[in-house]
Amino acid sequence: MTRIELTVNGDKRSDEVEPRLLLVHYLRETCGLRAANVGCDTTSCGACTVLLDGRSVKSCTVLAVQAAGQDVVTSEGLSADGELHPVQAAFRLNHGLQCGFCTPGMVMAAVGLLAENPHPTEEEVRAGLEGNLCRCTGYHNIIRAVLAAADTQAEVQA
Amino acid sequence: MPARRELARGDYLSILGTRVLRTEDPKFLTTGGVYTDDVVDDRLAGACHVFFVRSPLAHATVSGIDVSAALEAPGVIAAFTGADLADLPAIPPSAAGLINTEMTQRLLATDKVRYVGEPVAVVVTELAYQGEDALELVAVDYDPLPAALGFDPGDSSLLFEAAGTNVAGYWGDPASLRPDLFEGCETVVSHTIVNQRVAPAPMETRAAAAVWGADGRLTTWIPNQGAQGTRDDLVKLLSLEPGQVRVITPDVGGAFGAKFGADPEHAVVAWVARRVGRPARWSETRYENLIGMTHGRAQQHTVTIGGSRDGNIQAYRLEIVQDAGAYPKIGAVLPMLTILMTTGPYDIPSAEAIAKVVVTNTTPIGAYRGAGRPEATAAIERAIDLFAAEIGVDPADVRRKNLLPKFTEPHRTKFGALYDTGDYVAALDAALEAAGYAELRAEQAARRASGDVRQLGIGVSSYVEITGMGDGEGTPPSENATVEVFADGTATILTGTSPHGQGHATAWAMLASEELGIPVEKITLQWGDTDLIPEGGGTGGSRSLQQGGAAVQQASRELIEIARERAAAELEANPADLVYDTSRSAFAVAGDPEASVPLTKLAEGERLLVRTVFSQPGATFPFGTHVAVAEVDIETGKPTLTRMITVDDAGTILNPLLAEGQRHGGIGQGAAQAFLEEVVYDDDGNPLTTSFADYPIISATEVPSYELAEMQTPTSYNPLGAKGIGEAGSIGSTPAVQNAIVDAVAHLGVRHIDMPATSRRVWEALRAARQGSEHR
Ligand code: FES
Ligand code: FES
Repeated sequence: MTRIELTVNGDKRSDEVEPRLLLVHYLRETCGLRAANVGCDTTSCGACTVLLDGRSVKSCTVLAVQAAGQDVVTSEGLSADGELHPVQAAFRLNHGLQCGFCTPGMVMAAVGLLAENPHPTEEEVRAGLEGNLCRCTGYHNIIRAVLAAADTQAEVQA
Repeated sequence: MPARRELARGDYLSILGTRVLRTEDPKFLTTGGVYTDDVVDDRLAGACHVFFVRSPLAHATVSGIDVSAALEAPGVIAAFTGADLADLPAIPPSAAGLINTEMTQRLLATDKVRYVGEPVAVVVTELAYQGEDALELVAVDYDPLPAALGFDPGDSSLLFEAAGTNVAGYWGDPASLRPDLFEGCETVVSHTIVNQRVAPAPMETRAAAAVWGADGRLTTWIPNQGAQGTRDDLVKLLSLEPGQVRVITPDVGGAFGAKFGADPEHAVVAWVARRVGRPARWSETRYENLIGMTHGRAQQHTVTIGGSRDGNIQAYRLEIVQDAGAYPKIGAVLPMLTILMTTGPYDIPSAEAIAKVVVTNTTPIGAYRGAGRPEATAAIERAIDLFAAEIGVDPADVRRKNLLPKFTEPHRTKFGALYDTGDYVAALDAALEAAGYAELRAEQAARRASGDVRQLGIGVSSYVEITGMGDGEGTPPSENATVEVFADGTATILTGTSPHGQGHATAWAMLASEELGIPVEKITLQWGDTDLIPEGGGTGGSRSLQQGGAAVQQASRELIEIARERAAAELEANPADLVYDTSRSAFAVAGDPEASVPLTKLAEGERLLVRTVFSQPGATFPFGTHVAVAEVDIETGKPTLTRMITVDDAGTILNPLLAEGQRHGGIGQGAAQAFLEEVVYDDDGNPLTTSFADYPIISATEVPSYELAEMQTPTSYNPLGAKGIGEAGSIGSTPAVQNAIVDAVAHLGVRHIDMPATSRRVWEALRAARQGSEHR
């Protein structure tokens, strides 16, 4: 067992963890944050995507111990005061989710993408989300949602 | 009565047909859905974890299973084999009678394994992470047998000795095929094409949680498409009484037909929970999902099409071989639907179809988005393009020439389907128009003339499909709904449908809101608990809105009539003199708006609730045309799908936002089959596509944004005018994309490329065409 200290959705935490515990299992089992899902065993689907110090990572490929000292944000922590984050709101407005299984990961990947590239083209959004699989939407509305979020963010900044 | 409703509505704007945002979204976007693996429930405290030992061989006899070493492993509390479940009945094949009844399955394989991934034993552990290591310690003695594979598995290696054959059965009589079917046709083209095996691959894999109460009842959480059908399956699989099983459906992360009913694993988890006397959970890995969950499609089609040189199709024959996989499940029944839809939207004077079902040493075939109908569409749409190429007529023109003319009275096909309404030519023309078909053909001609490396292909596919079928035994398709209004101004709907992404919570609330005037946000939908809703047909076959939604509307209207009686007593008025004003959810005396009583008041005493069943006269038949535009790099063979233009007429649309979402998803999945996805086995029956690294599941970079054109031809079979929309996208898009890729290289001598039309397949087809022309 190893003790790790980290921030999860703004809360400072200190937990004893098995060295082999994956971050996604730490979040789901230890923290009770079950928005991030596990959809594969080959780092292919992105359902587990969270932000680690502001960058989107697949939490099934990160050990909990590797997140020590860092800032983790999950889909649960993205919105504040019951208000949807602009990216979440854009997903709703554009019907960018159906069964919802890919959604928390997809939203976090989109947040990470827009942080790196605030004004992406459609092609850049598609390339940026290539590692996040969705079986329901055919991607159409997800892409629209991310492009719309980029626009509203631009408006907010302006 | 309708007049009164209109009067009451006044200038009130109908919510029906509007883009209402989903009420379910905020949860999914923040804390996320609560899928089976996420369920936290006191009843499941202290649950053990179930892991399945799966066959690593495609075909083998099992001479012994030794679990003793596994039992010694840390955290292992039990291990079971098929012998422990010997008193449970064998699972009969689907459509027993037509399908060989010897082809039965055990919950855990006993003497023989018949596909890689077949469960042979379970290991039960304290903690979730202890299972994987323990699985390795179960020693199974296998004596390998040759694998029977493909559409012609032969009988040299029998899956079921007692059956004496690997042919599970026939749909239709091969002897009935008429040798003279194509007599008088100027041109006859024949081709054998493969509608390959694909993986449904919902993002949420299969799972279960099960616990037995002191009362001897099972409560089990299972991701499924209909709790009631799942309950009925478990009752049969475990030889229980119907009242002994409660199925609860948590949020479901996609299903696409593959989560209908209970699988053997779900029954085994319930059995383990009883046997070890504590709750049990199971959650499969993606590896297990790709070999253990049913696959889809897996048909071979020999199409023969004949007609005149100017494009009149006179005769069509479809000979199907269905690979049902190792056990004849729903897959064995799919050809029945394929046959039913053989001629699609076309008026073909002579047509016949038969199917042979074979068993092979592969994962069993089940339903997958469209289930039997996409296969029919793929076959005829490819056949028409082959015919068009042969006679040198534009494939869109051949379609227009042969489509059934518009009809408003039901049309009976030669295969027994009763199409409700259709306007197929209009759909074709709308799609061609939206695509700019003439311009595309001009662009194609220019690229061909200039010898462009990136050639352009245009693929057209016209379809009609069957949605909302009954049980096939004459009972009209129906669904129940319960609507209850509460004194606090909220309402609850109970439905026998089972949403898993379709947005029923919003759509059903819209229907109730329209009648009751209660805002959508104050209406809660409940589903998927067999104690709360004992009856229901679930969600599949694109049935939900036309039956489940119509039931909600009907229940809401009946509720208003009950409330009217109460209001009349309250206001001491004649019920007929009362108007219901949805804008304030109140009854008022006609001509005296002051004398009114709100609906909420009428719910204060006796419960204000209606349960009703809506039945429709038959299935409905949505239709449309898809146009795909693809570019093919003729040096590498790489196809790129650049545009998808679709007309999908599903009758009157309740919520365009949701309907478009269904179309998008279907288009994506259908396109994926055309040029990307395939479940592949090697010659020994080993699956080679067991992860998302190997199974080329479609991603965002492989599809364009879709261009949807609108068309709504209402059905008269339900008051909503609605037909199904869940599967249409995947039915139309597959052949459109395949046809586009073939079309891109047609001028180079290519007539057909089997799906998935990958870079490699296209490249090989180009090479073969080049060599063919050199030989000539
Ligand atoms: S679970 Fe699939 S990428 Fe992490
Ligand atoms: S919404 Fe179902 S997987 Fe994306």
